[in-house]
Amino acid sequence: MAWTRKDLLTMRELDPGEIQLLVETAASLEEIATRDIKKVPALRGKTVVNLFYEASTRTRTSFEIAGKWLSADVINFSASGSSAGKGESFLDTAKTIGAMSPDVVVVRHSSAGAAALLARELTCSIVNAGDGAHEHPTQALLDLLTIREKKGHFDGLSVAIVGDVAHSRVARSNIHAMKKLGMTVTVAGPPTLIPPNVQELGVKVSYRLDDAIRDVDVIMMLRLQHERMAGGLIPSLREYSRYWGLTLDKLSAQARPDVLIMHPGPVNRGVELSPEVADGPYSVILDQVTKGVAVRMGVLFLLAGSRGGSPA
Amino acid sequence: MTMTTSAVFARAGGTIVIRGGRVLDPSTALDATQDVLIVDGAIRELGPALPAPDGASVIDATGKVVCPGFIDMHVHLREPGLEYKETVATGTRAAAAGGFTAVCCMANTSPVNDNRSITDYILAKARTEGAVRVYPIGAVTRGLEGKALAELAELAEAGCVAFSDDGKPVMNAALYRRAMEYTLPFGAPVVSHAEDLHLAEGGAMNEGVVSTELGLPAASAAAEDVMVARDILLAEFTGAHLHIAHISTAGAIRLVREARARGVHVTCEVTPHHLVLTDEQVRTYDPNVKMSPPLRTRRDTDALGEALADGTIDCIATDHAPHALSDKEGEFDRAAFGIVGLETAVPVLLDRLVRPGVLSLSTLVARLTTGPARLLNLPGGSLARGRPGDLSILDVDRELTIDPTRFLSRSRNTPFGGWSVTGGPWMTIVNGHVVWQAQ
Repeated sequence: MAWTRKDLLTMRELDPGEIQLLVETAASLEEIATRDIKKVPALRGKTVVNLFYEASTRTRTSFEIAGKWLSADVINFSASGSSAGKGESFLDTAKTIGAMSPDVVVVRHSSAGAAALLARELTCSIVNAGDGAHEHPTQALLDLLTIREKKGHFDGLSVAIVGDVAHSRVARSNIHAMKKLGMTVTVAGPPTLIPPNVQELGVKVSYRLDDAIRDVDVIMMLRLQHERMAGGLIPSLREYSRYWGLTLDKLSAQARPDVLIMHPGPVNRGVELSPEVADGPYSVILDQVTKGVAVRMGVLFLLAGSRGGSPA
Repeated sequence: MTMTTSAVFARAGGTIVIRGGRVLDPSTALDATQDVLIVDGAIRELGPALPAPDGASVIDATGKVVCPGFIDMHVHLREPGLEYKETVATGTRAAAAGGFTAVCCMANTSPVNDNRSITDYILAKARTEGAVRVYPIGAVTRGLEGKALAELAELAEAGCVAFSDDGKPVMNAALYRRAMEYTLPFGAPVVSHAEDLHLAEGGAMNEGVVSTELGLPAASAAAEDVMVARDILLAEFTGAHLHIAHISTAGAIRLVREARARGVHVTCEVTPHHLVLTDEQVRTYDPNVKMSPPLRTRRDTDALGEALADGTIDCIATDHAPHALSDKEGEFDRAAFGIVGLETAVPVLLDRLVRPGVLSLSTLVARLTTGPARLLNLPGGSLARGRPGDLSILDVDRELTIDPTRFLSRSRNTPFGGWSVTGGPWMTIVNGHVVWQAQ
């Protein structure tokens, strides 16, 4: 199977074979991180622009590292300290960058649909690094790569995605990807943080943490944005943490002994995850970060690298 | 192409004979092939083989459908203040090209039409530059701020035919009650943009499974339904005539139907886009499918179509909302709300509702003529003797592709660009003069 798309915008539009190809390609590149000299020539002469309109540490950094390990020239653009700060529109800024002939633009933006907009307007490849509450496909891919390493397969696994599902692009990308790979997905949280009609995406909904995490293979905790309280969606962090925070007690009472605890980061310690869980034996949070670089190498290689060749 | 070089109203009423068309006038239940004679800008006579007076123009309308001029009671002409989007001149030409002979323009101009001098200005522009009749709608509250009543009596005297803060609701129920009471003597409805701002806050599209997938901030149908319910109760309490603008939900239809059954004076309008498009269209993130209220679901469009056919919905109005490209490109959630509608309404509705048999041609014409004319007490909307000599002549077999670059409107923000449709306006006559005809 070969990659044929110009862009990586959503998990929703991919078929299972394409998702497997992305995961396999990333897996084949993981080993580069263990080398003494972390550099392969796969994308030599290619230009990758990181166009980030939202704050990001891990995603932007890992795209940058991924590009550099593949020998691409990587340029970081952030909205502050640029023409965007002078009132230039997103579209104009993007077209300006497009006019400089990059091979790949990696875009992070607070508006859902921003990546699709760029894909329509620019001829280069676009990677969606998170668009509003829509999708964050490379996060789903690194989650899948982590799960595959720990569990060995996808089919038949059960996953609970817990927390602010309504505003989570990570949840959406994972729901689509996991369903396509034969996994069972339950989303859980207070009803105000569960998006309307989400069952129609093929997931179960739970309003009780204990029920949601019982006997699942993977628990994915989502970050709670503090502004959700101002929106009247939850009464207080304290109450949220009491009912929806994952603690060792709740885990040992309900969860399987081989459960994986995942979190896309950054973690609100003591809110959605107790420190004992975040740093505990079930946690694969740092594995996710490591896999993030491999996934982004794989994505950049498939979009910009020589077709059909081997990167390393 | 436009035939209008100067205002149709700067000239005396025209004398013209329309020969051989199928004349369809819901106001008199007429549907027959005959001639229409307009003398000095007023309907004089209908009948077979009418003699043409000296100096009369003669139009052969064989094979065409001759209707009373269509009335769009909900447009934004953007003048004064937002002339980069639309003007009275361009908006009324777009109206003529869409088969409309009269439009009602909303008050959210800059400055707002909340006082007589703005109404006078709009009417003066319409007299000197307009291609069709213009009936202003005055603001309910000063500056559309929802805090204090505009000078409603003087607005009515100046020629405003209704009152609305359209674009915004009046959130203060006490103030809206007072507006309903104060306007009771004027015989002009209060037009509600029914949207609870708290429930709708931040919403860029309809809330549902599509918004869940797209990750866009969404407003629920409840944001409309709650406000429609409130306004119906206030109308019931005050005895006022309430008109619901751009009704879009099955729930709001149910509320209107129930209210009418118990005698509340409530009327409503629906837009073409809410009849034929759903929130599925938002999957493209094209800002040209962003409007308020948002596109709803199939369940809603079905309810709207049924209500339009059974008369629960009185009229079709476009909510023509021109925006410059700079307001309508880029990120969906940051784009302006609204689409143009004057030049697409009739072709889209003929093709998508009349041809498939969802709506009869005579009902469509009624919702574009008698519906708005009656609820606003306008002189048009009928071919009875003495009425204004305004006609909308249709060619229901004409095949066309909607091309926004050829719009007479100053703006191009339409979701219907590229649609191939059958049926559309063929000629528009205002005050006995041809103001537009198809090429």
